[in-house]
Amino acid sequence: MKEKINALKAAIPLTLPVLAGFLFLGTAYGILMSSKGYGLGWTVLMSFAAFAGSAQYVAVTFLTMVFNPLYALLMTLIINARHIFYGISMLDKYRNTGRLKPYLIFGLCDETFSIVCTTEPPAGINKNWFYFFVTLLGHFYWVAGSAVGGLLGSLVSFNIKGLDFVLTALFVVIFVGQWRTKENRLPAVIGVMCAVVCLLLFGQSRFIIPAMLAILASLTLFRKRLDKKTTAVKEELK
Amino acid sequence: MTLTPVQTLIIIGAVTLGTVVTRFLPFVVFKKAASEHSYISYLGRVLPYAAIGLLVVYCLKGVSLTEAPHGIPEAIAIIVTAALHFWKGNTLLSIGAGTVIYMVLVNVVFT
Repeated sequence: MKEKINALKAAIPLTLPVLAGFLFLGTAYGILMSSKGYGLGWTVLMSFAAFAGSAQYVAVTFLTMVFNPLYALLMTLIINARHIFYGISMLDKYRNTGRLKPYLIFGLCDETFSIVCTTEPPAGINKNWFYFFVTLLGHFYWVAGSAVGGLLGSLVSFNIKGLDFVLTALFVVIFVGQWRTKENRLPAVIGVMCAVVCLLLFGQSRFIIPAMLAILASLTLFRKRLDKKTTAVKEELK
Repeated sequence: MTLTPVQTLIIIGAVTLGTVVTRFLPFVVFKKAASEHSYISYLGRVLPYAAIGLLVVYCLKGVSLTEAPHGIPEAIAIIVTAALHFWKGNTLLSIGAGTVIYMVLVNVVFT
């Protein structure tokens, strides 16, 4: 029990930016849903089951047009395709997580990924429970935010413009943290460049999959160079 | 509500299924440890950095450079966030200051 409490205590401060972001985005989502006639129950159910911010926002359109579940499924697959990269990145870290593993994978949203992929739990903290609580807290913040929005409904005009920038800032901070290690810079630049070029070429609603393919192609192209570097770092660490 | 409750449940199911598939796919496809596929293991090492880069751009995808305010609030707030983080390395300070500056910019300066 103590082990779990310590892991929770280690996870909480790291998830505070996610708390701010999710309370805001979740509340906005709940209000949006209720403005379309979907009450608290539906909003909470969607946030609990899907736990996928951008896909849920897009799904509001599926709920307000002619019933077409196949289209909803395909759009969700496309919007969330980036999660495949997160999974590949976490294969090793999540390998020996035992019975927690299905939940850790289920909850691997952008924000959770950004924390678990870049943070090693402090010394003496159980890794698996640490990952679990980072995931659970994110899930909880998201459902709680949505519930607040669902409760407020259309009672309030929700206008805290710009607070959603907190999530962009979180990713920028992680990007900077990774940038400090020289070996990480080339893949980081590849990620940004491919995304920007594809965004300009394909537009905001269609750039993710081309960007992912471009990233894979570039990383494959630079493999010799990058593999040498990352192996060299490994040797040094030994 | 446009849809019936059953239809709504099915849509929620479809969105959930789509998300679950993208999250579980790599773990199902690469059952063996990543270290046993040298290419996947390589991707596992370098993708996290590329993925965060993609994520930053993804957050900014709706910013228009051709229409006012031309992405200036985003640019300023990101520079402040990044610079603060290089300088102090305090996550909450960098995120907090960057967000407050962004909110001031979009609500007060560029309205």
